Amino acid sequence: MMNAKSKFGVKEVVAVGIGAALFVALTNVQVPLGIPNTALQPRAALLAFLSAVFGPIVGAAVGIIGHALGDMFFYGSAWWSWVFPEAVFAVAVGAFANQYGIREGAFGKKEIILFNVMQVIGNAAAWIVAAPLLDILIYKEPVKKVFLQGLGAWLGNIIMIAVLGTLLIVGYAKVGAKSSSLSKED
Amino acid sequence: MARILTYEEKDTWIHRLSGVTKLVFFLLWTMTSMLSYDTRVLFAMMAASLVIYKMSKTRWKQVGTVLKFILFFLVVNLIAIFLFSPYEGVGIYGTRTDLFHLFGNYWVTREQLFYELNVLMKYVTIVPAVFMFVVTTNPSEFAASLNRIGISYNIGYAVAIALRYIPDVQDDFSKIRNAQEARGIEMTGKAPLLRRIKNTAAIIFPLIFTSMERIDVVSNAMELRGFGKHKKRTWYMGKKLETADYATLIVTVAVTVLFLAVTFHDGNRFYNPFAG
Repeated sequence: MMNAKSKFGVKEVVAVGIGAALFVALTNVQVPLGIPNTALQPRAALLAFLSAVFGPIVGAAVGIIGHALGDMFFYGSAWWSWVFPEAVFAVAVGAFANQYGIREGAFGKKEIILFNVMQVIGNAAAWIVAAPLLDILIYKEPVKKVFLQGLGAWLGNIIMIAVLGTLLIVGYAKVGAKSSSLSKED
Repeated sequence: MARILTYEEKDTWIHRLSGVTKLVFFLLWTMTSMLSYDTRVLFAMMAASLVIYKMSKTRWKQVGTVLKFILFFLVVNLIAIFLFSPYEGVGIYGTRTDLFHLFGNYWVTREQLFYELNVLMKYVTIVPAVFMFVVTTNPSEFAASLNRIGISYNIGYAVAIALRYIPDVQDDFSKIRNAQEARGIEMTGKAPLLRRIKNTAAIIFPLIFTSMERIDVVSNAMELRGFGKHKKRTWYMGKKLETADYATLIVTVAVTVLFLAVTFHDGNRFYNPFAG
């Protein structure tokens, strides 16, 4: 298990590809929040889920590829200042992929708490720090506006991930608990 | 799910260019429009991208809906900038010329209008370049080009898989949504917020779990065919660079250098028409 996670093998390549396709397809599935250009995004829960299952590298790649392609296909532009923070978030959540024990079906109370603590920290690093700073650096947008947008995205994402992301992982850990459901016969 | 840009096969010189060339153009172009706040540069870029857009024979039907959506998005953004920081332009250009009074503390200044015009141009210059890139580049060839500019073929292949499976995943999505709606689950804005999240979950759960199975199926198939065994791989869709490619690359690089030189020659990114 440890080996499979640290190596970027065939499965990881496919996970990035199909994960990014999912991310793109979910780009226009969103619930508006009322702050300009920010909305509750189910795709954030998807990214949290994939990072937790496949680890930080797959997560970061899905975030960057998925966000860049999604922006290009749906909005005809690439918002680079909001593309790279996805990777920041994915790395924060994915760093503890081995501790969540999702594939072993061990995703219990302790793991749920760890996952949610990491997602709140990761979202803060991505949307309150990285994205507004990049917005100011690259696009020179007003400071107050970008931080409010970042705060909106942060709040939206943590709600989305706390509800949808957690449920997804709990569900997947139940269904996908293959590796521990078999015991060796004497 | 119609509101999406897709590749369409046509025979123009832009379509015939290699994916590498178009990728380099796209990256340099977006980089320049990010860095520059120089109105003259942005204007030149806008004019150039319209010409390129015309030459790629892209039809309005391919991009119209997406374009309208972007314009709406930009207008909202511009209004938000004004509301949050009505004197951003005054701060940047260092002068203040009031035009008329709006309400409360909000005065419309020439500097602010000019600043917001620049913001608008900055975003708009990227759009035709992206349109052009997406509708004229064959996805498989694009993956090959990523590998050719030095990105690991694993990443190139991941991008190829993403492009290949976007339509499939969207198909799954609408099938699942139709099935859930047939069961009486409300997907439109009529339901309250928390209910709507729950209803979205009713689509997303099956969608993600089928996709997880698909990851297993596809990676097993690739493993059986020996994917990832060697350090290098060849690409069926890879194209050799031709004269037109080299010419385009040289022009692109030269223009980028010129634009950046014009932008930065006076030490900052802004072109200031207000300084006497």
